[in-house]
Amino acid sequence: MIKGQIVKIAGPLVVAENMAGVSMYNVVKVSKFGLVGEVIELKQDKVSIQVYEETIGIGRGEPVEDTGVPLSIELGPGLLESIFDGIQRPLDVIKQKTGNYITRGVSVPALNRDKKWAFEPLAKKGDKVSPGDKLGVVQETVLIKHYIMVPNDIEGELIELAVKGNYTITELIAKIKTTEGVQEITMLRKWPVRKMRPYIEKMAPKELLSSGQRVIDTFFPVTKGGTACIPGPFGSGKTVVQQQLAKWADADVVIYIGCGERGNEITDVLLEFPELKDPKSGEPLMKRTVLVANTSNMPVAAREASIYTGVTMAEYYRDMGYNVALMADSTSRWAEALREISGRMEEMPGEEGYPAYLASRIAGFYERAGQVVCLASKEKRIGSISIIGAVSPPGGDLSDPVVQATLRIVKVFWGLEDKLAYRRHFPAINWLRSYSLYLENIEEYLKTVAPEISSLRSKSMRILQEEAELEEIVRLVGVDALSDHDKLTMETAKSIREDFLHQNAFDMQDTYTSLKKQYNMLKLIISFHERSLKCLENKISTKEIFNLPVRDKIAKSKFIPEDQMIAFDYLENEMSQVFEKLFAHHTEKK
Amino acid sequence: MFKEYLSVTAVSGPLLLAEHIEEVKYGELVEIELENKEIRRGQVLEVSGDKALIQIFEGSTGINLTGSRVRFSGKSIEIGVSMDMLSRVFNGLGEPIDNGPKILPEKKIDINGSPINPYARDFPQEFIQTGISSIDGMNTLVRGQKLPIFSGSGLPHARIAAQIARQAKVLGKEEEFAVVFGAMGITFEEANFFIEDFKKTGAIDRAVLFINLASDPPIERIATPRVVLSTAEYLAFEKDKHVLVILTDMTNYCEALREVSAARKEVPGRRGYPGYLYTDLASIYERAGRIQGKKGSITQIPILTMPEDDKTHPVPDLTGYITEGQILLSRALHQKNIYPPIDVLPSLSRLKQKGIGRGRTREDHADVTNQLFAAYARGKEAKELAVILGDAALSDIDKQFSKFADEYENKFLAQGEYTNRTIEETLNIGWELLKILPRSELKRVKEEQIKTYMDK
Repeated sequence: MIKGQIVKIAGPLVVAENMAGVSMYNVVKVSKFGLVGEVIELKQDKVSIQVYEETIGIGRGEPVEDTGVPLSIELGPGLLESIFDGIQRPLDVIKQKTGNYITRGVSVPALNRDKKWAFEPLAKKGDKVSPGDKLGVVQETVLIKHYIMVPNDIEGELIELAVKGNYTITELIAKIKTTEGVQEITMLRKWPVRKMRPYIEKMAPKELLSSGQRVIDTFFPVTKGGTACIPGPFGSGKTVVQQQLAKWADADVVIYIGCGERGNEITDVLLEFPELKDPKSGEPLMKRTVLVANTSNMPVAAREASIYTGVTMAEYYRDMGYNVALMADSTSRWAEALREISGRMEEMPGEEGYPAYLASRIAGFYERAGQVVCLASKEKRIGSISIIGAVSPPGGDLSDPVVQATLRIVKVFWGLEDKLAYRRHFPAINWLRSYSLYLENIEEYLKTVAPEISSLRSKSMRILQEEAELEEIVRLVGVDALSDHDKLTMETAKSIREDFLHQNAFDMQDTYTSLKKQYNMLKLIISFHERSLKCLENKISTKEIFNLPVRDKIAKSKFIPEDQMIAFDYLENEMSQVFEKLFAHHTEKK
Repeated sequence: MFKEYLSVTAVSGPLLLAEHIEEVKYGELVEIELENKEIRRGQVLEVSGDKALIQIFEGSTGINLTGSRVRFSGKSIEIGVSMDMLSRVFNGLGEPIDNGPKILPEKKIDINGSPINPYARDFPQEFIQTGISSIDGMNTLVRGQKLPIFSGSGLPHARIAAQIARQAKVLGKEEEFAVVFGAMGITFEEANFFIEDFKKTGAIDRAVLFINLASDPPIERIATPRVVLSTAEYLAFEKDKHVLVILTDMTNYCEALREVSAARKEVPGRRGYPGYLYTDLASIYERAGRIQGKKGSITQIPILTMPEDDKTHPVPDLTGYITEGQILLSRALHQKNIYPPIDVLPSLSRLKQKGIGRGRTREDHADVTNQLFAAYARGKEAKELAVILGDAALSDIDKQFSKFADEYENKFLAQGEYTNRTIEETLNIGWELLKILPRSELKRVKEEQIKTYMDK
């Protein structure tokens, strides 16, 4: 092993000499504390290292040792329900070992070595196997079957396979005879985080990733395998949206990366997710979740790595054929970590001090999303990763380089606005500025679940757009100057905003709305609008329409329970009767 | 014995460069002895080959290249802590300045602290009653939260912070908060205001004060919040105290950081602040919260003045991204003579949801707050409209909302500096004000709540 000495220390950046022969991005052990670092620059026999732990107190001349491998994480049963730091050290184990504070130089295996998992073989002796083929399965949690697959560089004949029974992740479960000899296989895999895991081919995403959030599913949907970003100033509710998606998205596995954010937010997730029940299965949400937490006060370089640690885990579950949703909160903090390291290396800065490679790194990260045909020779297995990244631009300014680089690559933009947040309109997603480029992709899919929803969406969007224009006029001349038709538009827009788009994440009923119910709710609003239009044609005054008590019921339709969808039909009926009466009453008067 | 070096080769601003150093550690404490035997302290900022770059806390005035001796202590900066620190006043580096005896430390702790393992944290959810309606009712503070006050020059942030320190208590518990106060670069008058106020109300007995005045060395301010928080952690997590930390003024702290960064010729970020400002601020603000199995807690109220009242200035901006909300003061309200001039709409408490409601405050709290927010926002919009078009152009409903907004400011927001309202009083005032509006407009509160609280 190559061994050198430290010559320079500047924050998270350490330079060591006598390191000739080390490869880029190898992991090195730094100083007598054995801190984890990664080689990020080579210059003759000197190397620059970003250190993933606090460097205070290390001195010149202390040793640096190459480990010979790039930064890798462990993959295998035991990932779910865990909480890791940015370089996959399990925080619960660290707590047992070192107490309430994170001290440095702790070395613990990422996955539990002692726990026995009930393994069931899925292949048999003599099978020809290639990468990705299933060897067996472990019930990792009640929700997720964890498939043990042939590692990515091994192909040959299965000459031994463990029988049904309990094994630890390091016990031998199979032997495969390859052209280069016999390979021994356990349930534990390692994978370098900066390398994308291979697949057969990528597909165009066509399926909605439903989230139970009305403004998202109906207006700006994201697909399974899609990418979305949520930029917004502080206090506009990025984290709440992210957490809502982590809770209610209909993904099989959720990877939640707290990247440079608040410690209490992670605690919140840790305490809340085991309590919350998945609407589909009724099991605790934690059973399908992996947390990667590198809070803002934890070392900055590990923040940079946390994004890759998370996405590699996501790829691993995708390869088993699962739909994975990955939330990264916040990618701006990750970009700032890049900037800090770049600055310490005295690189020539690009925009706002960010390194010139910022955009390509962001693009590289989001491109690891997608719906793919996974590696496997015996079946067509399809898995997906959806990436939802929060962005925290300074002052909420969207010209920020991180926002701009992100918008160039993602397909869905949920623009959060502090003005909406001040009015306590949550989620504070601006309906006029946001967009989703997946609307066409999922058209076919929606037809099977909620037909007409597209037309309701475009009708609503038109009304909201008109409202924005009318507001200008109202501001100049007052509401009385509007025609009846315009007044109705304003009222309907208000109803769409307050009764549909507004959703209370903290209300038990309101926090999740199925697509079917979203459709029903919006249909009521639009149907009321269209009936009212007819009234106006018949010279019925807006006042009479606006005073109809049925409007109140429409506003409260969000509280109709998911299992009483029939109530919407009753409401629709009631509305049609109310309008008939109104007509009748009016013709009588004439 | 530590080696002494006479090899100072450069001094620039607050920085000193020493060469031919045999053994030096990143971040360690350094003593610099001037020719006149005066001793100053510094910290190693960078080690490169046999050179060490040192930032001097007390400034570089009087240091020369020939006669200054540099000693490396081999350890990082520490503060000796003990229970005797209560009711004492220290400078920004933790030395007594109240002519009292020296502190006999029970233990010494590294002022940099270590990050709390998120897995070990307990979620803050105990409601703190500050007695101020615009905080308790609208942007509730909970134990273990970090909630900054975003102020501007000339606004009464000091009076509000003192009022919170005076009145804060957890419902149903008699126990008072211990206050650890850190002043960074504020004026003597402002510091004196706090000291006098603490003395007058007896709060001084449960307070520890660290004072770095505007005339004190700016670089010392970089250490001050860390000294403050180390003391707070000792009191909270080793002595089971509930600690309220007040840090003022964080803008001055950031400027000291900028000064060092500029002297190091680092690539500047926005407005010349260093690119690592976020990380650095996080290492301060994140030292708040609760830990599972520990009785004590740390609640932080940092105060910062926004240059030109600009919320997007890097200091408030980055602060807001780290803290759990913000209390924003408004110049317009201040000029209307409303105290405390808290602008509730852009203010926010992220931990409110968990701290309020049945069993904590009152079951109607969340809904009535939402209703007040919505109504006040609408009322303000109506008032803006009235400015352009005149009152006559408002619809009847808008007129009612406009009236509501005025009453809300005068009756709900405004209160005396020594008025200590219970949460019931606060919520009842809210209900009383909602009577101004037609019932049909009260969409965010439930029918039963109206019956229970409004019609009683």
